[in-house]
Amino acid sequence: MPGNSVLELKNITKSYFGNTVLKGINLSVKPGEIHAVVGENGAGKSTLMNLIFGMPVIHETGGFEGEIFMDGQAVKIDSPRQAMELGIGMVHQEFMLIPGFTVMENIKLNREPTKPNPVSKILGPSMETLDYQAMSHDSKTALEKLGLEIDESAYVSRLPVGYMQFVEIAREIDKKNARLIVFDEPTAVLAESEAEHLIAAMKRLAEQGIAILFITHRLDEVMACSDTITILRDGELVKTLVRKETSVEQIAELMVGRKVERGHLPPRSVEPSDDDIILELKDLTVEMPGERVRGLDLKVRRGEILGIGGLAGQGKVGIANGVMGLYPATGEVIIDGKALKLNDPKAALDARMAFVSEDRRGVGLLLDESVAVNIVLSSVEAQNKFLRRTIIPGVRLLDQKAVREYAMKIIKDLDIRCTGPNQPVRRLSGGNQQKVCLARAFSLQPEILWVSEPTRGIDIGAKQLVLDLLVQFNREYGMTIIMTSSELNELRRICDRIALVYRGKVAGILKPDASDVDFGLMISGKQPVKEVG
Amino acid sequence: MNEPKITPQTLPEKTAGQVKTGKKFEGIMGELYVPLFFAVLCLLGIVAAGLNPRFLLNEIIIRLARNSFLVLSLIIPVIAGLGLNFGIVIGAMSGQAALIIITHLEIGGLPGFLLAALISVPFALITGYLTGLVLNRAKGREMVTGYILGFFANGVYQLIFLVLVGTLIPMSNPKMMLSSGIGLRNTIDLIAINKALDNALLSSVRLGAFKIPWATFLAIGLLCLFTSYFTKTKLGQQMRAVGQDRHIAAVSGINVDRIRLIAIMISTVLGAWGQLIYLQNIGTFNTYNSHEQVGMFSIAAILIGGASISKATIWNALVGVLLFHTLFVVSPLAGQRILGIPQVGEYFRSFLAYGIIAVALALHAWQTKKKAASREKE
Repeated sequence: MPGNSVLELKNITKSYFGNTVLKGINLSVKPGEIHAVVGENGAGKSTLMNLIFGMPVIHETGGFEGEIFMDGQAVKIDSPRQAMELGIGMVHQEFMLIPGFTVMENIKLNREPTKPNPVSKILGPSMETLDYQAMSHDSKTALEKLGLEIDESAYVSRLPVGYMQFVEIAREIDKKNARLIVFDEPTAVLAESEAEHLIAAMKRLAEQGIAILFITHRLDEVMACSDTITILRDGELVKTLVRKETSVEQIAELMVGRKVERGHLPPRSVEPSDDDIILELKDLTVEMPGERVRGLDLKVRRGEILGIGGLAGQGKVGIANGVMGLYPATGEVIIDGKALKLNDPKAALDARMAFVSEDRRGVGLLLDESVAVNIVLSSVEAQNKFLRRTIIPGVRLLDQKAVREYAMKIIKDLDIRCTGPNQPVRRLSGGNQQKVCLARAFSLQPEILWVSEPTRGIDIGAKQLVLDLLVQFNREYGMTIIMTSSELNELRRICDRIALVYRGKVAGILKPDASDVDFGLMISGKQPVKEVG
Repeated sequence: MNEPKITPQTLPEKTAGQVKTGKKFEGIMGELYVPLFFAVLCLLGIVAAGLNPRFLLNEIIIRLARNSFLVLSLIIPVIAGLGLNFGIVIGAMSGQAALIIITHLEIGGLPGFLLAALISVPFALITGYLTGLVLNRAKGREMVTGYILGFFANGVYQLIFLVLVGTLIPMSNPKMMLSSGIGLRNTIDLIAINKALDNALLSSVRLGAFKIPWATFLAIGLLCLFTSYFTKTKLGQQMRAVGQDRHIAAVSGINVDRIRLIAIMISTVLGAWGQLIYLQNIGTFNTYNSHEQVGMFSIAAILIGGASISKATIWNALVGVLLFHTLFVVSPLAGQRILGIPQVGEYFRSFLAYGIIAVALALHAWQTKKKAASREKE
């Protein structure tokens, strides 16, 4: 019954450049309902919300298919402004607050009540003076609705983080026609107690008849407040559940659940074990914006492939970047019993570690240089390989011949598809670029290879090849590989153990054949059911 | 269902009030640091120069009247997040173009001055609009872009008044033009509007021994009132929002580019008027040079007054003019008295003007970085 719903989505399909990210989504929200949308990273949650809020990114990439109804009427939402006019509000994941403004100035931003004055009568309404009294009054009302007592004339920059989210919500409900508020992972930056208050506030709003779409990956919060739960996976709507009839375990399983085809990995003569630790991280913190590591401990066994998984923003990507000295780090990194000098990339390379960055085109490759140069670059810089002496002492030149011969060999061994060693890497496909990155790391002959998001942005066929290559490095050359990936599935395919990172720490380590429920729970910060040593 | 209640008690106890006082004090000291330093420097200079206080006061009154309007015209772009508007040089040129027109038409006195102010408006609006268009494409690099735009505009200005006048633009006026009949002379006498505004009101009323340009101060006062009124309007609030965070402003439905354009246009018009006030006080006008230092000196003044790239107030502007121009008067005399070489003071003065700008820019970059880092940490 579309008439009963504030918002109804029918058969929404959206693709970016031929890559379908939402497939035939149907969803409806009733007044006073808290509707949770859960899913892993890349499940399509954010795209769906951007679509509802009319964010420009949707239309710049070719719009979408399907229909949106509000109160049973088909509507078009082409801009955030239109969404606002229709009564859709959004509480953003990052605070959309101006720090140098007061609470009330933020709440009333661009909707300030004004009073006419002599100048404005000539020059028009934009010269009307702000009515601070009305602003203060409205803000107070909105804050009271949330049950929050803060001074509306305080500057937002001086508020504790926990308050800021409330100011955002106050801004949304102050909009007179607010009917539906979208919360985009609102608790991501909040401490647990603050999150509880937020959820209480959401419930209050729902009681007042406002419909709420609540995007999150914290399952306990979903269970605490939602009426209905929609689970997305790989852009598809897996199931819409009524909260009272479901359990955390069921949601976790549906969220992750897909068959893992763990290929037959070649066995080793000696299986890695805790008796032989090659690398130990103690209380590691890394100041990588957006991927902060906060006091993480981890032991890596010699010769294993260790996976590091977790949701975006929890810090998994920060680990490798911190250890390799690319972002400021503190704590202890012990390799074979020796402490590594932190914040010094050269020291990390000297310790026989190599890193394949998640930022392939930015950090990983010199895009306009040839395949050959990209392959040998780190070896030349860090280990003085591929250089020949000249008559002048101290001046050494690149040994072009050796470089070329080596590159030819690697290109053949790793099956890099290119026209030859001289082709600029910019022209290679994503998968082949990634192989060049791996080849460069491989050329350093590292004992420990860090690989971040090795299959991001490359097509499915190439993904398998890259994973196979990693297994080959591990089995044939005995490299210890630490692989960070957002795709649990690929971690489960080739890793011996998978460490899941939550809030900058290891939440637990699972075997790749652990159940979907365990994985689903652990990446969402719920207590792991069982751990493996 | 056990629903947690929100009360101020259950929320984290770190309230705004407690942190505020310490930070506020630090903030004020930080803001006063620069003006205080220059105040001390001025005092030392005054002592060293052994100046007659009456002479000094008289000079300061003249210079306050002459320069304040120009410096005040910098405030609005700072509010809108465009930094210090080196583009007021372009406004100054628009003002000069209007001056050339009224001088040619031989309209003098206060009517002539007011007509020049009127004529300069369309010029300044057009050039300001064009400046704004360019600056909107150079977000985050407005200052250096504005600075270079000033040089470019100077070229166009020279083209018009050195080459086109007398050729494409029909004009013949032997008093103003070069003997070849093409292009304007290097200096233009502004006898007709000399002190036209300064003496427009109560010119016979003196304050003690001092002659006060009442009308000019009135104009400056009105601009101060306008500026403070403006920040309280809807448009002013939008400007502040854009200045603080373009992205958030855009998300809340503000047309960021348009707001920035308006800010630059207002500043350019005010800059044109400021230059008119400046030149009517001086009484003559270097056709090709008068505008050149306007941006640099005004910006140095407002920075000395304690403004930064992201924050400027009326008081910053006024105090800055006072300190900067006191230094201007005092330093050559101090140099003369101490070392017998006036150039040393002169050198010191320009050293300060450029030095303070460099320091202010570096400080700003440093603080922004620090702030971003500390925000990240939270």
